Amino acid sequence: MAFELLKDREGQVLRTKAGQHLPVVCDKASVAGSVSQRACTFCGSRVVLYPIVDALHLVHGPIGCAAYTWDIRGALSSGVELHRISCSTDLREKDVVFGGEIKLEASLKELIAKYQPKAAFVYATCIAGIIGDDVPAVCRRIEIEFAIPVIPVMAEGFRGTKRDGYNAATRALLSLIGRGDIDSVGPVSINLLGDFNVAGESWIIRKYFEQMGVEVVSVLTGDGRVDEIGRAHGAKLNVVQCAGSMTPLAEAMQERYGIPYIRVSFFGIEDTSDSLYRVAKFFANLVVIEATQQLVKREVARVLPELRSIKQTVLGKRAALYVGGAFKAFSLVRALRQLGVTVVLAGTQTGKTDDYEELQSVCDEDTIIVDDTNPLELANYLLEKDVDVFIGGVKERPVAYKLGIGFCDHNHERKIPLAGFDGAVAFAREIQATATSPVWRLMPRRCASHEKTTGLQMKGGEHDLRK
Amino acid sequence: MTCGSEEQSTVATTGKPHATVNPCTVCAPLGAVLAAAGVEGAMPLLHGAQGCATYIRRYVISHFREPLDVASSSFTEASAVLGGENEFARAIDNIRRQYTPELIGVGTTCLAETIGEDLQLMIAKYHESRATHLPIVYASTPSYRDGHVEGFHAMVLALVRALSGKFNESSAPADNRLLAGATARINVLPPIISPADLRHLRELVVAFGLALTLLPDYADTLDAPISDRYEVMPKGGTKVSEIRMMASAAATLDLTLPGSATGAGDVLHSDGIPNHRIGLPIGVEATDSFVNLLEEASGQATPEWIEAERGRLLDAYADGHKYVFGKRVGVYGDPELVVALARFLLEIGARPVMCATGARNRALSGALASLAPGAVEAVLEDTDFLTIERRCKELDVELMIGSSKGYRSARSNGIPLLRLGFPIHDRVGAGRILSVGYRGTMVLFDSVVNILLQHKQDESEIAFSYL
Repeated sequence: MAFELLKDREGQVLRTKAGQHLPVVCDKASVAGSVSQRACTFCGSRVVLYPIVDALHLVHGPIGCAAYTWDIRGALSSGVELHRISCSTDLREKDVVFGGEIKLEASLKELIAKYQPKAAFVYATCIAGIIGDDVPAVCRRIEIEFAIPVIPVMAEGFRGTKRDGYNAATRALLSLIGRGDIDSVGPVSINLLGDFNVAGESWIIRKYFEQMGVEVVSVLTGDGRVDEIGRAHGAKLNVVQCAGSMTPLAEAMQERYGIPYIRVSFFGIEDTSDSLYRVAKFFANLVVIEATQQLVKREVARVLPELRSIKQTVLGKRAALYVGGAFKAFSLVRALRQLGVTVVLAGTQTGKTDDYEELQSVCDEDTIIVDDTNPLELANYLLEKDVDVFIGGVKERPVAYKLGIGFCDHNHERKIPLAGFDGAVAFAREIQATATSPVWRLMPRRCASHEKTTGLQMKGGEHDLRK
Repeated sequence: MTCGSEEQSTVATTGKPHATVNPCTVCAPLGAVLAAAGVEGAMPLLHGAQGCATYIRRYVISHFREPLDVASSSFTEASAVLGGENEFARAIDNIRRQYTPELIGVGTTCLAETIGEDLQLMIAKYHESRATHLPIVYASTPSYRDGHVEGFHAMVLALVRALSGKFNESSAPADNRLLAGATARINVLPPIISPADLRHLRELVVAFGLALTLLPDYADTLDAPISDRYEVMPKGGTKVSEIRMMASAAATLDLTLPGSATGAGDVLHSDGIPNHRIGLPIGVEATDSFVNLLEEASGQATPEWIEAERGRLLDAYADGHKYVFGKRVGVYGDPELVVALARFLLEIGARPVMCATGARNRALSGALASLAPGAVEAVLEDTDFLTIERRCKELDVELMIGSSKGYRSARSNGIPLLRLGFPIHDRVGAGRILSVGYRGTMVLFDSVVNILLQHKQDESEIAFSYL
């Protein structure tokens, strides 16, 4: 059957044209019956708060929502690992009929007594909202009884998109920020927003700032600690990495505490260097600037030889990327370009109008841009663009593999750090392992089945030589 | 919350307090999706908010490592208040435009159930307004009532109820009488098992010259060969025409344990088809029961190659019995698999001291009651991994067998885990694990022996090279 774009989705897909920025329809609810790659409001709040390792995360609802988010991110902890257990009030039929507040209260008491968390987040799912449980009231009672912050996260799945979940997480974080003592926070200090310590990335970035002489007050939320987050209002600058999820928090902190913010990215050596310099320049401190120059010079010199040698092997390969937020997409386009890899398709789950303008300007002509896409569209465009490497999350992986197309996981389940200078090398190695693996030569896309017995005639070999 | 009562001295309650920590089940719609994915040309649709479909896809995809499209009616806040009838119809319209399905399998989410959506009425209205006869089969699957096991059974039951009796009507295929006359037909109703298991069940039945309806059958839809184009609908699955013929079969071999619920086999039984609820054919005796029924239905002796496989399995038992004798094993997962494994372990001289499931249908305790008294020291139903981990420790369990979700429990108890069942998220090849029949039992037996040997070797100070 010929591929046909759903009428309801027209405007959410376009092809770039030189010198033109076309408006991409975005930031709207997924189309019914279109197999969106997005999750829900609950998901948005859950992924942002998930890496806070010393808090209890209790999902108030039937079992599914907690089961699917058990240990879902590769967000590491340097100590306690409360975030890696899955707690649910596991609502049943009688709770739905008579209300779940009693069970919520009993669950909170039991779990706080057992795990001694520094705070508790209570996620209200679809059902908690529909049956009208007063989650904030229960949280207030428990907060008084146990003298720890107990924060309701109103994240009913039907309330909006994943982006609305980011806003719910922002409200939850704001209620923690400001509780701590900031007397000891120095003048050259930052918060790192939107790094989730996937595979230890926050630790990599934190180390750079330490070497630059910049104090990291808190990371939101990678290897997150309730007490550190409570002192976040003492920092002098917010450095926002995952712009999609954390810009609302940065804006709120600017308004409430007067802390300015900059948007950065630590994917690729260009963006990493640029981001570190921008932080150094903000403080206009010569010692910091000099330390940053030394750091960047040293690190770039260290990693460049390997990046160059990998570039020789992947030059001319074609990549597609579909990621959560737009800022990551910009960085990936640049990082891939530095490796000599062309991006032919780029999309996001939650990009906004101005994000898509910028995405069009960083991409080459005739790149396909998609918002909130689905497997049928992806498969169609991957084949049309003859993609070698598809960069996305686990939901996209089997779509690529089934077509015999290489795939690189750049989402939160991965176990390899891709941020910073070492991350840039790891990313290049991933691209190399994906795009140059000999297995693709054997796939039907490259080698028609009737030729399978005569290896000499393999189209794959010719194709690779041509490139 | 009360979690069952002491049924006999060896049967403990779940011991689970108010909250569920690290669930041993996922939600009912997942089971419904999996069952629907085993029908040819069927598209699963979940009526509710977007997140449910996406979470379920991610969970299933990570096990099978295969694409699986699950549509959602993508409730908005308005649909949660006013009902989702429009979204339901739009979802089906969009699915039909992009997928041209032969059947749509609808599962309900908690949200749709709680607001009281009348799916029967919506389906009838859809058929009328669009003037179509497209089969739209719906199962009620709120996860505040059921887990994935019950959801799976509910969808199979719904398919049989909706389609099986219809073969007598004018829509019956022309060759129906011919088929019924020429070869005896049997129905096989599997629980959630691997594509490799489904394929072997089919191989066994066909070896007796029997016609077969295997429902569901995702052996090909969730284990497809690589392709140079994206199959909008993966090939394979139980044909709708085969489901229609179920009510004309000679017998049903029911491998499921629906517990207190009505099973598809029960419904067919009331249509006059004898139902043999024999459980999963794992182990010599269980496979003997299965094979004997095939002999009976076909009037043919067991083919030589099957007898030879049986002989080889017995030979393997003789070679390896000492390594497993008296071993204290903790088994968890879906009731059908747990019961089959308990029988198998008793057959080889090991002790299934703890048998646990997250299912709520009370199938496990009922089925285990017929096993050797005293062999099973703890039966946990509707339980979670926090409880399983604690009970394994208390019961000195030496080996755990079950899904990958028990990994951290096994690790913290310092014992090996043999991965079996659903889901397996930390290894490749979950779909290729064969456990049924004599052949599958041999794979399982070797795996049990070898994992114990490896553990012994790893723990020993001496690097033994013969064991």
